[in-house]
Amino acid sequence: MNNLIHETSKIQEITYELKIQDVMDTEYQTVNSGMAVGSLREVLRKKRILGVPVVDGTDLVGIVSIEDFIKCMENGKLGETVGTMMTMDVKTLFADEPLITAVNKFEEYGFSRFPVISRQTGKLVGIITKIDIIKGILKKLETAYQHEEERRYRASHIFNDIVADDISIDLKYFIEGKNFDKAGEASTGLKKTLNRLGFPPDIVRRVTISTYEAEINIVSYTDKGEIHAFIDSNQIRIVVTDTGPGILDIEKAMLPGFSTAPGWVRELGFGAGMGLPNIKKFTDKMTLESVVGEGTRLETVVFLDSNKNKL
Amino acid sequence: MKLAEIKEILQAEILTTEFDPELDIEIGCSSDLMSDILAFAQPGSVLVTSLINVQVINTANIADIKVVCFVMDKDPHQSIITHAEKNSIAVLKTKFTTFECCGLLYMNGLKSCNYTKFDNFKTYII
Repeated sequence: MNNLIHETSKIQEITYELKIQDVMDTEYQTVNSGMAVGSLREVLRKKRILGVPVVDGTDLVGIVSIEDFIKCMENGKLGETVGTMMTMDVKTLFADEPLITAVNKFEEYGFSRFPVISRQTGKLVGIITKIDIIKGILKKLETAYQHEEERRYRASHIFNDIVADDISIDLKYFIEGKNFDKAGEASTGLKKTLNRLGFPPDIVRRVTISTYEAEINIVSYTDKGEIHAFIDSNQIRIVVTDTGPGILDIEKAMLPGFSTAPGWVRELGFGAGMGLPNIKKFTDKMTLESVVGEGTRLETVVFLDSNKNKL
Repeated sequence: MKLAEIKEILQAEILTTEFDPELDIEIGCSSDLMSDILAFAQPGSVLVTSLINVQVINTANIADIKVVCFVMDKDPHQSIITHAEKNSIAVLKTKFTTFECCGLLYMNGLKSCNYTKFDNFKTYII
C-alpha cells in the first residue's frame, strides 16, 4: 500500500518535471485545407492515425479527425475539401508547458490529440496523444528505476547486514615508486570503494585528498610503499608506509611551502611543499614518523562525525 | 552557470564523450599546481589549467571536479581523455590563455573558490 502511494506520487512528480516537448511526437503527419476529404481517408489509414492537423504553408489552420470523416461520409460530402469540414477553433498546447497541463487538458476536453505550438514562433512543432504521455512517463520511471538499482548496488548495507558488535574493513594498496603514470590509482580505487560503501561525499573527499597526496609522496621520493585503509563504522584510518629514504627533518617537512622535490615532480604539478600540510588540513589526526635510510610511516584518521566536514 | 554556457564563453571544444550541457557550475578554480587545487577547489568547480598530464584528471576526480578545461589549444594525449571518461569527467580545450579564461568566466559571473592561506606559508630556496 505504501509502495502504491509512493509510485503514484512519483508519477505525479514526473508530470510536473517533464515538459510537453519531452514526450510529444515530432514526426507527425499534416494535411492542407485544400485536400479532398476522400484522400484524407488514405492518409489516416496509411499512417494508422485517428486525426491530423491541417497546415497551410507553415500556419496551423485546423484539425480533422476520423469522426469528422465519418460525418462527411454519412452526409455524402466526400468530394468536399478538408477546409470545409475541419475544426477551426483548435485547442493547442505550448511545447514548454509541463506535462501536467496536457493531462488536465485531455481530461477537460476529452480530445484524443493536441497540436503543440512553439511559444516563440507560434508554429506547430509536434502532436501529443495520451499514448505519448504514457510512453514518456514509463521512460522516465525506467530511468528512475535504474538509478535506484545503482543505489542498491552500493555496498552501504554491508554495515547493517553484518551481525557483529563492530565491523572493520581493511583494504591494502601497493604503490610503485617513480611511476607517475600509475600514481593516483590507489587513491581513486579507495574513492570508488568508499563511495560504494555509502560514506558521505565530504568524508570521501577528505580521506582521498589526503591519501592521494601521500601516494604522490611515495611515487615521488621512494621505490615502493603501501597504503592500508582501516574502515570502521565511526572513522577511517589510513596508514601509509614506505621503505624509502626517510625524512631528514620532519618539522621542516611539515612547513607549508618547504619541499625537496626533484624537478620532474614539480613539472607534474606537485612538489611545492603543500603535500603534508594538505594532509594535515583534511584529516582529524596525523602522525608522521620517519627514520632516514629505513622509511616513513604516516597515519591519518578522519572521524565520520568530525566538524571538519563543514570545510 | 550551465556547462554549455562555459563552453560558449571559452569557445571551447569538447574532447570527451562525457559532456552534460545542463551541468550547473557555480565556481571556478585555476592553477598548474595540483596541491593548490586539492587544498582549495570546491566540489563541482570547473578547473582551468595549462598543466596537461594524467594527474590533472586524478586531481579533479579526487577533488570532485567534474569539468577540466585545458588552455592555449594544448591537445592532451588520448590516454588522458580516456582516463577522464572513465571517471565521468568532461574535458574541454580552448584557444584562450589561462588569464583570458579566468577573466572571461569571472566577468560572466562565475565565482572563485574560498581561499585561506596556510599558517606559516613560505617559499624556500634549496
